[in-house]
Amino acid sequence: MSDMQPDLRELYQEVIFDHNRSPRNYHGMERPSHVARGHNPLCGDELTVYLRVEDGVVAEASFMGQGCAISTASASLMTEAVRGKPVEEVEALFRDFHAMLTESQPEGRDFGKLQVLAGVKEFPVRVKCATLAWHTLHNALVGVSDTAKTE
Amino acid sequence: MSANASSTIADTVLDLAHDFPILARPVHGKRLAYLDNGATTQKPLPVIQAESRFYEQSNANIHRGVHWLSQHATDLYEAGRATVRDFLNASRDDEIVFTRGTTESINLVAQSWGRANLEAGDEILITAMEHHSNIVPWQLLCHQTGAQIKVAPIDDRGELLMDEYEALLSPRTRLVCVAHVSNALGTINPVDEIVRLAHRAGALVLVDGAQAVAHQPVDVQAMACDFYAFSAHKLYGPTGIGVLYGRRELLQAMPPWQGGGDMIHTVSFEGSTYADAPQRFEAGTPNIAGVIGMAAGIDYVRAVGLERIAAHEQRLLDLATDEISALPGVRLIGTAQNKAGILSFVIDGIHPHDLGTILDSEGVAIRAGHHCAMPIMTRYGIPGTARASFALYNSTEDITALIGAVRKAQALFGITEAP
Repeated sequence: MSDMQPDLRELYQEVIFDHNRSPRNYHGMERPSHVARGHNPLCGDELTVYLRVEDGVVAEASFMGQGCAISTASASLMTEAVRGKPVEEVEALFRDFHAMLTESQPEGRDFGKLQVLAGVKEFPVRVKCATLAWHTLHNALVGVSDTAKTE
Repeated sequence: MSANASSTIADTVLDLAHDFPILARPVHGKRLAYLDNGATTQKPLPVIQAESRFYEQSNANIHRGVHWLSQHATDLYEAGRATVRDFLNASRDDEIVFTRGTTESINLVAQSWGRANLEAGDEILITAMEHHSNIVPWQLLCHQTGAQIKVAPIDDRGELLMDEYEALLSPRTRLVCVAHVSNALGTINPVDEIVRLAHRAGALVLVDGAQAVAHQPVDVQAMACDFYAFSAHKLYGPTGIGVLYGRRELLQAMPPWQGGGDMIHTVSFEGSTYADAPQRFEAGTPNIAGVIGMAAGIDYVRAVGLERIAAHEQRLLDLATDEISALPGVRLIGTAQNKAGILSFVIDGIHPHDLGTILDSEGVAIRAGHHCAMPIMTRYGIPGTARASFALYNSTEDITALIGAVRKAQALFGITEAP
């Protein structure tokens, strides 16, 4: 791997391979309080995000679907990141995450494991892969029944 | 690569990359291996120079001015029509309509011929391997007329099932629409036989030649098709210009589909009379420089020789097919007996989109995705493929780069040991 370009290593970090090979929370949900489907028509990625929100807090998050390594890893990391967070905090995290990939790293935000996706910013055509799950999550929370699209 | 394969290729290799300035530029610091020719081909110097020479020496609007430059530009534009007529072996210049490209050519037939001739209950027969541009215009037409689309199926290799095709032809079939070469699978369809069977059933045939014209000689009279569509930009020419060939009596009977200048005889506020084909279908100021660039591209290709190009690309395809098949976990999508230089494949454990990014970092440009042919992807149960497509300037070096980059991706994804 030593002769690979540094920016490609930024994109494909070990954590991303790990979550692509073994996605966390990869299952449906019996009685989700919120659910939405997402689709990226450019590459055909599609996924469904399931949430169980109790007293304004995301108690459980899961997903199913198919996509590239970036999209699968991002969805997997997202389900881990949002669990236990109040809905408003999840929405704020979505905004900051989106800003990290499209504008600049928001001041004072600790992304934890999600930071491994920061390298996607250098690959504009792949930003949609990393944000599909988050757009879908947002739609689930605000109750949009249409399929989320990154277009 | 075996020494044997390499020496066989060296015997018939075309060495023309130096005619294409863009191929000399590195990408990500690597030598560019441009293998996305099914999307668009690069342009040789004579095409680039023909366009810029037109703007430097000959630019004026056509068919209007009494001044010398206008007549000069008109002559060049109409000479382009003659070049295309000769290239397709059409019998007359006025069977050649200039459009923005294959997509517009197909929409022209749908909206002009289709709306004037189809009614509820009529059928349009397409195949399961059509590009979206040979599906959606017919769906729009069906909404407008009440006609129906029927789809002739393909087998696992990506070959049209001719028995099923023949069985689907009915007295209600008015038009058959078929790709000459499938953009996603590479299949070369037996268009002569498709046309013969359609005509016997009383249907017309439109052939989508977008992926064919740069790779093999086309003779519309021998094929006996009724319409033939292609784009210049996949034929080493500029974007935004293409061709609809239509048989003279069909074009003459078809109503205009866009109104404007240059397509009329007379205009009054009570009504207008229309020019003959092809001007009837060329409303407004056309892409004049595009026609001149397209003609230069055709001249270039004919000087090289389409038979030589076909042989060169076939050898590259055979070599690439052998080499990629030798890698673990590779599945070829599209293995027809008769194939053009398109290699579509999927790799276990690596999504085509990831593969596209990793190959790009190695300077290897391929297409990844559904190739605007989503029904084919559904047919094979895959979200998309990686597609390498060859042109006359590609070499064994490009294939070596492709295979090396795929190996690298497999190592990166932990599928194989690092090479």
